[in-house]
Amino acid sequence: MTQTLVVIGNGMVGHRLVEILRESSWRIVVFGEESRPAYDRVALSSYVDTWDSADLELAPLSGCELRLGEKAVSVDRERRVVVGASGIEVAYDALVLATGSVPFVPPVPGRDLPGCHVYRTIDDLDEIRATVAAADRPGRHSGMVLGGGLLGLEAANALRGMRVSPHVVELAPRLMPIQVDEGGAGLLKRLVEKLDLTVHTGTSASSIERDGSRLIAKLANGVELDLDVVVFSAGIRPRTDLDLGLELGPRGGYLVDAACRTADPHVFAIGECAAVEGVTYGLVAPGYAMAEVVADQISGGTRVFPGADVSTKLKLLGVDVASFGDAHATTEGALEVVVNNAVAGTYSKLVVSDDAKTLLGGVLVGDASSYPSLRPLVGKEVPAALLQPGGAVDVEMPADAQVCSCHAVTKQTITDAIGSGVACDVAELKACTKAGTGCGSCVPMLKKLLTDCGVEQSKALCEHFTCSRAELFEIARATRTTTFTALIEKHGSGRGCDICKPAVASILASLNNGHILGETQVSLQDTNDRFLANMQRNGTYSVVPRIPGGEITPEKLIVIGEVARDFGLYTKITGGQRIDLFGATVDQLPEIWRRLVDAGFESGHAYGKALRTVKSCVGTTWCRYGVQDSVGLAIDLELRYRGLRSPHKLKSAVSGCARECAEARSKDFGIIATENGWNLYVGGNGGFTPRHADLLVSDVDTETLIRTIDRFLMFYIRTADRLQRTSVWLEGLDGGLDHLREVVVDDKLGICADLEAAMEAHVGSYADEWRGVLEDPEKLARFTSFVNAPGTPDPSISFRAERGQRVPVQLGIPEVVR
Amino acid sequence: MTVVCDLALLRPEQGVAALLPDGSQVAVFLTADGTLHALDNIDPFSGAAVLSRGILGDRGGVPVVVSPVYKQAFELATGKCLDSPEVSVAVHEVRVRDGVVELT
Repeated sequence: MTQTLVVIGNGMVGHRLVEILRESSWRIVVFGEESRPAYDRVALSSYVDTWDSADLELAPLSGCELRLGEKAVSVDRERRVVVGASGIEVAYDALVLATGSVPFVPPVPGRDLPGCHVYRTIDDLDEIRATVAAADRPGRHSGMVLGGGLLGLEAANALRGMRVSPHVVELAPRLMPIQVDEGGAGLLKRLVEKLDLTVHTGTSASSIERDGSRLIAKLANGVELDLDVVVFSAGIRPRTDLDLGLELGPRGGYLVDAACRTADPHVFAIGECAAVEGVTYGLVAPGYAMAEVVADQISGGTRVFPGADVSTKLKLLGVDVASFGDAHATTEGALEVVVNNAVAGTYSKLVVSDDAKTLLGGVLVGDASSYPSLRPLVGKEVPAALLQPGGAVDVEMPADAQVCSCHAVTKQTITDAIGSGVACDVAELKACTKAGTGCGSCVPMLKKLLTDCGVEQSKALCEHFTCSRAELFEIARATRTTTFTALIEKHGSGRGCDICKPAVASILASLNNGHILGETQVSLQDTNDRFLANMQRNGTYSVVPRIPGGEITPEKLIVIGEVARDFGLYTKITGGQRIDLFGATVDQLPEIWRRLVDAGFESGHAYGKALRTVKSCVGTTWCRYGVQDSVGLAIDLELRYRGLRSPHKLKSAVSGCARECAEARSKDFGIIATENGWNLYVGGNGGFTPRHADLLVSDVDTETLIRTIDRFLMFYIRTADRLQRTSVWLEGLDGGLDHLREVVVDDKLGICADLEAAMEAHVGSYADEWRGVLEDPEKLARFTSFVNAPGTPDPSISFRAERGQRVPVQLGIPEVVR
Repeated sequence: MTVVCDLALLRPEQGVAALLPDGSQVAVFLTADGTLHALDNIDPFSGAAVLSRGILGDRGGVPVVVSPVYKQAFELATGKCLDSPEVSVAVHEVRVRDGVVELT
């Protein structure tokens, strides 16, 4: 008979347990108190970037009965039944408590006043946001975060994201007292104070009072703070309000043995609500390990909790902080090796045994890049080089070293994936091991492991050019080279191929070198560009006129219909708000386009690695909900960027309100109207590996929006690899979205004026490619099936009828000469 | 013998298609060094008569044309497919006489 497992709690750890067991023979019932599906609480702070909870959601669970919004109110261990708030009773054979923890709120008078919040759930953040929005104060808002640990600094960062200047109040004499030592915390304080944070250490709040619409906090050291919002993030406590009559650990938490089993053999506890052999853990990784133990135990296994590594590596407010092993040198006789480089803003401390032979732990602030190689060496011999002043920390990592701590992926797993040939680059490693898909901080390490395993991270464009596309772009730009021949003679070898020729053609086109079918460029073009149409499977072509924003007059619609009818073309409306005309032979293309150009159409560039469409909804013009003119903006953008050549095709969309009818977040750049302006998202795509675009800037006016898109597109065009989509480019960009924002918004590299000028040059020099062909007899002459029989159609092409239109007759594959 | 066209009509690193009296088709290529090559125009992997529209280049120094459909490379001199050595397309004799390209 099927056994039933009941899991109380739908957080990250409970979710992981169900994920492991979903294909087992157990019937699984999950009680989730929150009404939303499980989400990534570790990434909670990033909710402030988009205010879209869907971004945090974990993979939906299948194979279980998920009761969201159903709080478990009691457990009858005798009858083995869990009772829900709605009165429902579920009998279990095994029960797992995964109730997590609750925020600890110190007993400060006034802590319950409106405007005081905790920092634990998505709802908490929504409430903090509402308080900030309601705050009636000119200029920047002010907030207090009580707690200067890990969570406190995260909360402070979230407040910054809401345009609030945070005061961080920490009782200990330094920030992050648990993880970081005094020297490291001193540097950390200096670094975060540069970010508009005010740090008050060695003190606490003695009271909070309401003064009109403000909150006044009095600190024990006499300082008074005038505030709009207060956030408590002074730690967490195991959540054990469900009384099962079971023993608790010394610091709270359901007491369990190494198998995560309570004194009742049918009841387990995992995650932050569990005290494993008396110890509670406030990190997700040990919780995941407990989930694995329980999954194994109830499947008849004997696995036990291996103990947890409480090392941490974080990027808090953009500052690297890492701590591992015996960070505070509590081992008897421990020695410390400290390098405190105040100029560079880096601090590192290694703790070693009294004979200086064994690494015990360490602290890194400002630069934690050596953390992945150091942490696995804890308890092992210290490489002598590490103890030299300025010693290299580039040491060999053991196989069991955890490279990706978000997904607990070891070096061994990664090198196995590389060694077996499953993964040959970072993207493939991400796909098959999940490494690098969390916070992304281990991506540089993935690259290094690929190199170490002998996978040459070649940037070479192809066998003819050793440089990358980005380098070739800069060479062509700097040397004003306008021909492939000159480029390959000076910077390459051989005659070129179907990889480098179109790449160079694209670069030359981006640098405004005239018509793409000009004498020096025509032989470089891929087949679609060469005939300015998309080659289809039978050697015929499709014709796609531009319909900016999808808006079209009845007259133009009639012309398209007439052309399609007269040339017998199959007609289909596409997902990009255009009309494709299929089945044109190469001889017919000029006649078709003459009719279209005469009617005011121009090339839609459906054939090129170029801007395709800017899709739109109807916006304020017709829609009851629209808040901006999405059609007008879509047309402006499509016309602005028409003909722009890029490493990959580019798609865009503009939605007139947050309902997102234009699906802008699946585009290379997508715009969503807000009440105050526009939000710009970049790096999305549909296709094989869909990716939601990331928010680059929000609430900007139209001018700022267009300037930012100009810079973004030109930066991408110059630096991406051949055929690299914006999504992959963005994921591979060192520093990711933050770096992109620094470059195209803050102009950190000082290149924005140049990027804008390049885009202006493109906009100013745009000319319709098809009109250019029709006006040039020499180019026109190429549009013929047979050089010795112009006008004779290709006899191998034939059509049949399907649903009233012509479709190609499947070509027989000729007998192959063997 | 079939007349293709005046040599002056061919452009270096590009191909053209010619129709033979029996209805079959030949792709004729002029490479940058002035050499002429002629292969069957039908791409054996797709059945489409499009090899003349492929990009010319070299692979490891061997002059090739790459099919525009599924991108296999065919050696210009022998018609052999470098991606699937068991497949090849027929090679035709091509020459220039009095400035005119002819297939023999």
